[in-house]
Amino acid sequence: MRIPHLLKLQFLAVSTVALGLAGNAGIAAEITGAGATFPYPIYAKWAEAYKAKTGNNLNYQSIGSGGGIRQIQNKTVDFGATDMPLKLDELDKSGLLQFPTVVGGDVPVVNVPGIKPGELKLTGAVLADIYLGKIKKWNAPDIANLNPGVRLPDQDITVVHRSDGSGTTFIWVNYLSKMSTEWKEKVGEGTSVNWPAGVGGKGNEGVASYVQRIAGAIGYVEYAYALQNKMAYAQVKNRDGNFVAPNIESFRAAAAGAQWDKAPGMYLILTDQAGKNSWPISGATFILVYKTPEKADRAKEVLKFFDWAYADGDKLATNLDYVPLPDSVVKMIQTTWKSQIKDAGGKPVWQ
Amino acid sequence: MSAVVDHVPGLTKLAPTATMPTMLRTIPEGSLRKHHRLDLLFRHATRCFAFLVLALLLGILASLLLGSLPSIRAFGFGFFVSAEWNPVTQQFGALVPIMGTLATSAIALMIGIPVSFGIALFLTELSPIWLRRPLGTAIELLAAIPSIIYGMWGLFVFAPVFSQHVQPLLTQTLGSIPLVGALFQGAPMGIGVLTAGIILAIMVIPFMASVMRDVFEIVPAVLKESAYALGSTTWEVVWNVVLPYTKVGVVGGVMLGLGRALGETMAVTFVIGNAHRLSLSIMEPGNSIASALANEFTEAVGDLYLSALIELGLVLFLITFVVLALSKLLLMRLSRFEGQKT
Repeated sequence: MRIPHLLKLQFLAVSTVALGLAGNAGIAAEITGAGATFPYPIYAKWAEAYKAKTGNNLNYQSIGSGGGIRQIQNKTVDFGATDMPLKLDELDKSGLLQFPTVVGGDVPVVNVPGIKPGELKLTGAVLADIYLGKIKKWNAPDIANLNPGVRLPDQDITVVHRSDGSGTTFIWVNYLSKMSTEWKEKVGEGTSVNWPAGVGGKGNEGVASYVQRIAGAIGYVEYAYALQNKMAYAQVKNRDGNFVAPNIESFRAAAAGAQWDKAPGMYLILTDQAGKNSWPISGATFILVYKTPEKADRAKEVLKFFDWAYADGDKLATNLDYVPLPDSVVKMIQTTWKSQIKDAGGKPVWQ
Repeated sequence: MSAVVDHVPGLTKLAPTATMPTMLRTIPEGSLRKHHRLDLLFRHATRCFAFLVLALLLGILASLLLGSLPSIRAFGFGFFVSAEWNPVTQQFGALVPIMGTLATSAIALMIGIPVSFGIALFLTELSPIWLRRPLGTAIELLAAIPSIIYGMWGLFVFAPVFSQHVQPLLTQTLGSIPLVGALFQGAPMGIGVLTAGIILAIMVIPFMASVMRDVFEIVPAVLKESAYALGSTTWEVVWNVVLPYTKVGVVGGVMLGLGRALGETMAVTFVIGNAHRLSLSIMEPGNSIASALANEFTEAVGDLYLSALIELGLVLFLITFVVLALSKLLLMRLSRFEGQKT
């Protein structure tokens, strides 16, 4: 009883302060953002909670990462959102700053007759060869060697990929590029690529339904989707040589091990991260804002929203199966806000 | 006006007496002018609406052209013959989606035309009277189902059955015929160009069947009865009397169906497999223009990628235009031969 009461008090205190701030500004602010579809559920949830608390509106449109980047470059929104981080030179060209919000990732899902969920073990190199169309059967030696004692059927492998451009695809092919030079040279990485094999399903649900329907299929879906639909996943070998299963701990381990401070422009994809329990196919989703915003007060509202989300939004994120960023990363992000986002007069927007 | 009145017998007697109101007298000059003005306004308004369509069409064409300029400049004519579609290296060619669009529409028509012809024929000529209304309504209801439902039904219900029972059979029988056999090779996944074509056929049948039924119904009974009286069979009546009488309407119905098949997006996306690979077999996954657009537009990063997608839209526009032009040409040829053959 005591603790909730205390929380309530805290809530009251925070909202009073927030209301006071809003009162100073005169009217409730409305900030707009557009972009990636992957984080849409959590941004919507955060916006709802934030509005209940501060009265400030956040209007987020999930039009896709590509659209988000275009919208922020055209300055029609206050922030853009993308699953594929921009490289430092691209950021500098448009005068943008990017920072991660939550972590998610991909899970390989399989439909192999006679194999239980989580029983199959795969490595990045084998996944790349499967997606290149080089490993064609489930009982191929490359797969059998990783799975001693598992009876693999003599079944054709059907590769399933996303047909629409997607951040999920980006994380997947980024991982395959890191694990296979052949993949890197032949296919490369992007939100959509020229797939050498397989069929394309639209959205996570499209991939999932193909995998569940076609015997011998392998696909990849977003972690939250795989979890909520209880799909048969495979274990993947991480950088430290351990086979890990996708769960909140292994994603958290991947996020904790990442060295954000050494990534220029925070261009960091959490695939193949070091750490005993790290899930190797993780990735963060990003926000894009201007370093010298034309409307400094609106930029400040955006930062205030994400500051609140970092502080109070973790539970909401975990409920929706997103992995919140570790506190150390949040601190680093806020330092970057202070040092890099300035108004026209050169004064820091965030203090 | 009075001149008119004078010439009408019976009215002449009434006309001079100004106190007597007549029907003709009650329309003063001003009111007539007003009517004239209203009529003019009405005519211009309708013309304005009609030209609005033309302006819209030109506007869309212009914006498509403008949007696809970077892609046209980069790839030129090669865009139409290249099967490469690689967003990573920014190499784009439209051969796979163009072939996919044409192949799925062709399959849809090959299945759809005979079936809708049969439906329309049965409904107008052969069906018992009490069955016509419910059957006709059922067909019209089919046309109202949103395409995403067809797509989901195709993926979750049709594709599994198709892959387990029909595809292996097709590969075994038709697949062993030389030349044609190559069309039916490949793993039975239930997803691919053939499945998309069949789903499209189901979607266009209601459109074609209801148009055909409507035009078959306007054939004068006298013509048909005369043919029957001369001893024609039902087939002969249909082939020699009903079809020649209604050919414009029938071709129009087919074009309506074809138009829907060419532009259909959601249902095709679900079942075509969305793979940018050229394959001879219609059992393999492919891609269509509309489906590629629906899939890739939102996440198209980079100007050239977006421009290539817009050029795909332009290509679909041109394909539709060519198909419409060809059908008009066909009708003109048909009408030229009218009356020459018995």
